[in-house]
Amino acid sequence: MIPAAFEYTAVSSVDEAAEALRKYGEDAKVLAGGQSLIPLMRLRLAQPSALVDIGRIPGLDGIRRENGTLVVGALARHADIQTSDEVRSALPLLAEVANDVGDNQVRSMGTIGGVVAHGDAAGDYNALALMLDAEIVTNRRRHRAAEFYKDIFTTALEPDEVVTEVRFPVASGRHAYIKFRRRLFDWAIAGVAVQQTGSGWRVGYVNLGNTPRRGTAVESALAQGASPADASAQTGSAIDPVDDVRASAEYKRSLAATLTRRALETASAGG
Amino acid sequence: MAITQMIGAHIQRREDPRLITGHGSYIDDMRLTGMLHMSVVRSPFPHARIRSIDITDAAKAPGVHAVYTARDFKAHIAGGIPAAPAFIPDKKQVPTHYPIAETEVCYQGEPVAVVLADDRYLADDAAQLVSVDYDPLPAVMDLEKALEAGSPTAHEGAPDNVAWDTILPGGDIDAAMAEADIKLSLRVTQQRLAPTAMETRGCVAEWVPFANTLTLWTSTQVPHFVRLFVSGALGITEAQMRVVSKDVGGGFGCKAFPYPEEYLSSASSKLIGRPVKWIETRTESLQSTHHGRGQLYDAEIGAKRDGTLVGLRVTQLLDSGAYVGVFGSFQTCAILLGGGCYTFKAVHGRTVGVLTNRVPTDPYRGAGRPEATHLVERLVDMVAAELGMDPVEVRRKNFIAPEAFPHPNNFGLVYDSGQYEKTMDRALDMLGYGDFRKRQQELRAQGRYLGLGLSTWVEICGIGPSAATAPAAGVALVESSALRVHPTGSVTVSTGTHNHGQGHETTFAQIVADALGVPYEMVDIKHGDTGETPFGYGTYGSRSLAVGGISILKSCQKVVEKAKRLAAHIFEASEDDVVFDQGRFYVKGSPDNAKVLGEIAFASYGAGLPEGMEQGLEAITYFDPPNFVWPFGCHICVVEVDATTGAVEIQRYIAVDDCGNVINPMIVEGQLHGGIAQGIAQALFEEMSYDDESGQLLTGTFLDYLVPTMAEMPRYELDRTVTPSPTNELGVKGIGEAGTIAASAAVINSVCDALSPFGIRHVEMPARPDRIWKLIQEARS
Repeated sequence: MIPAAFEYTAVSSVDEAAEALRKYGEDAKVLAGGQSLIPLMRLRLAQPSALVDIGRIPGLDGIRRENGTLVVGALARHADIQTSDEVRSALPLLAEVANDVGDNQVRSMGTIGGVVAHGDAAGDYNALALMLDAEIVTNRRRHRAAEFYKDIFTTALEPDEVVTEVRFPVASGRHAYIKFRRRLFDWAIAGVAVQQTGSGWRVGYVNLGNTPRRGTAVESALAQGASPADASAQTGSAIDPVDDVRASAEYKRSLAATLTRRALETASAGG
Repeated sequence: MAITQMIGAHIQRREDPRLITGHGSYIDDMRLTGMLHMSVVRSPFPHARIRSIDITDAAKAPGVHAVYTARDFKAHIAGGIPAAPAFIPDKKQVPTHYPIAETEVCYQGEPVAVVLADDRYLADDAAQLVSVDYDPLPAVMDLEKALEAGSPTAHEGAPDNVAWDTILPGGDIDAAMAEADIKLSLRVTQQRLAPTAMETRGCVAEWVPFANTLTLWTSTQVPHFVRLFVSGALGITEAQMRVVSKDVGGGFGCKAFPYPEEYLSSASSKLIGRPVKWIETRTESLQSTHHGRGQLYDAEIGAKRDGTLVGLRVTQLLDSGAYVGVFGSFQTCAILLGGGCYTFKAVHGRTVGVLTNRVPTDPYRGAGRPEATHLVERLVDMVAAELGMDPVEVRRKNFIAPEAFPHPNNFGLVYDSGQYEKTMDRALDMLGYGDFRKRQQELRAQGRYLGLGLSTWVEICGIGPSAATAPAAGVALVESSALRVHPTGSVTVSTGTHNHGQGHETTFAQIVADALGVPYEMVDIKHGDTGETPFGYGTYGSRSLAVGGISILKSCQKVVEKAKRLAAHIFEASEDDVVFDQGRFYVKGSPDNAKVLGEIAFASYGAGLPEGMEQGLEAITYFDPPNFVWPFGCHICVVEVDATTGAVEIQRYIAVDDCGNVINPMIVEGQLHGGIAQGIAQALFEEMSYDDESGQLLTGTFLDYLVPTMAEMPRYELDRTVTPSPTNELGVKGIGEAGTIAASAAVINSVCDALSPFGIRHVEMPARPDRIWKLIQEARS
């Protein structure tokens, strides 16, 4: 429970961060809220040579609306997102998802940029970014979410690339997020987010594959007028869960379909 | 007068202000000059031969002062960690448990080397550099396979994996079963649990060269035991060693015996001549602090068609782990209590202690009694289902009747008192039983599955009378107190029990305040330091009040007796004429001319005492109770099971318990809250999982080992009845384990009741959503 030795530097700009990452090389890691990285380091499952702390870079935690886009700064904490009036009006689903991340301590420290850069399929925001075609902006370029999540804990980020903001299309229609877990603050055994947008329903899956997943078959079925029950039968093609200590893959498949139906029913009933 | 009503008073714990404001004194708060930090290198394999250990790189690492292996300790630690002859005297195999492995590791997490460095960071870094060449051996992980002929053995060269195999006969089982109209069998797995005290284990050892004394500050429930065993192994006298254990952040049984690190830190301090500190990490704790439960039961119950229970056969396979835990075989009491609060013609048991390549098991909150309750309460519900009877009526029909006490059970243990129907009726009232069954039927028609589970429990606690514990366990588990009234009337009481969450500083002071008639604030309770307390057996088995508390009461009585003699002398009256009333001494008929205890105490230290009376006002008592005490109660759990996801939601949890007279109701309720939470945890959440093939622990962090939080707990609806124990003067029993003993059966019975429309008879623990989902899938197909 004690990390191995590492270098530490706190930077005051994104450029400085990139420079420090280049200097320390591939084994360096960006530290934001530290809610995933620090526990891994304490277990010595991660032993980065250096931490580049971007937590004090000014202006990276803003949340604003630009016409049809909700722009969330990489350092916006879950608690900020959860309580932001801007988020609640532009993309209420995002505020609801933030409300379900971890516990109070995690929500007070963890950041959206950290979740996105970590690329964990269990990270609640990642499914949302994927299903809504969000853009992940870094110091070097803009990634489409669809091309960002490559594999288990693997994203398109280069070693010296720093996430600066996540741009979501505004969507305030019917929506729901159901996160199935055994303890309130646990990661999801399975999570399903649904959002009605101008171009139809969007469906995203949390922790049901090596990357976040989007339920395109369910979306198509809904576009063709299928009921929630019928559409949710299409869940299977989007997901690829594995057996773990929490549950079998077989169970997760059944659960994902159930949650899809329930999320769609909840959203539809929500008005 | 208020001071005479402290017993039964709902007062806040005097421990709380310091503990909840961060002013407690825990092991990790300690900083001694020159102190080194110990990191323990542990086996990553469940079973392996150690070919060689190379410490070269570790020894050269920055800040490292020493790296020790078994070879270094051989000259300083003699023998192994004891396994009490406890409870199963005819053990077939008790592998020597030396605190550190030399040639063979037998569980994942077994120590193989220790590193001493300037701080814990450096010690952990260097520990990674210790290179151990292992030759992995087959791991024994499955209890049944372990008993097959030709199974690999948990220890190389051992004849088999049997630590003990003992028949416990409680009557003529064949004759009893011959009377049965129905016989039902059930297999129950009691999964391994990690006790997960909030404060992990830890210790600081300080050997003082030339003085040749050792002080060991350690997070334990049993400081005197630790001193007895560690001083013996180190070859020093008890007088040379002091064990201090002040504030301890929870034990739940897992700190009730000495551990390897207590030997290793002590010997290391002696070897290097500096204080040595070790703090267990959470992963180390999950891996190497002794687990609880870990048992497999096969049982058969026999009943008559009218619901009368006649016989019970139980076979217990007990996963002892790689060694025999110090008190591991205590858990065989699951058989002795197998009959629960019912009358059986016979209860017959066989217990097999199985050696495996996992960390040893030992008592964990309830220890054998939750297992007994779970088994018999499941079986009684199955009898009811089979006969189409109401589970309430089957219980009512078979309860030991109130007038039948004292009641010797099938094994000769004498239940001291009980009114089982009364607690059950009160609980059913609180629930509204009739309405519930109606609602359950209505909702089933809508595809919603409500379930109700009863757990009418009884337990043995107040451990224990030497007449019973000496033959069974080889020790007289009596308890001590030393009480001193100071010259101006304040009182210091030292107890041999240990306070790690039980609130002894409060409840024991309440007893003393009443018994001596002194203000509560003037009573100070000391515990946990062998340097200032008489030899005592510590705290576990819900024993502190019923044994330790009575010892304190008796010390009070001795002091009052002497004070009365002195008062008579002062009043120039006959001792028979002196009245002691609420802290005041006076001559019969003259209550206005009274002296308070403080005045008598002051006089006791002065001149002019009666002929032959020594100065001072103090007493020491070793109390040996005449019997155990037998709390009981009825818990009712109501759940709704989501048949689509398998999720269980507890809707109500009602507990009516009877622990005899209550000293502090708030503390009793607190014990129940925590105890029930741990029972629910076993029923629905917690499980130590290992990979079947590799033997690797899969639940080594709190991410995977699911300790539930407040958010998962229901609101508890508590009430109590009071049936004073005839065993002791205060009429008290025990309550520390009751919640855990009762809860798992109540929860699983409710889940099984909910799933009965599917024809599901039994659900194993933890009742995970995926497990329930699978049972429903199988039932449907």
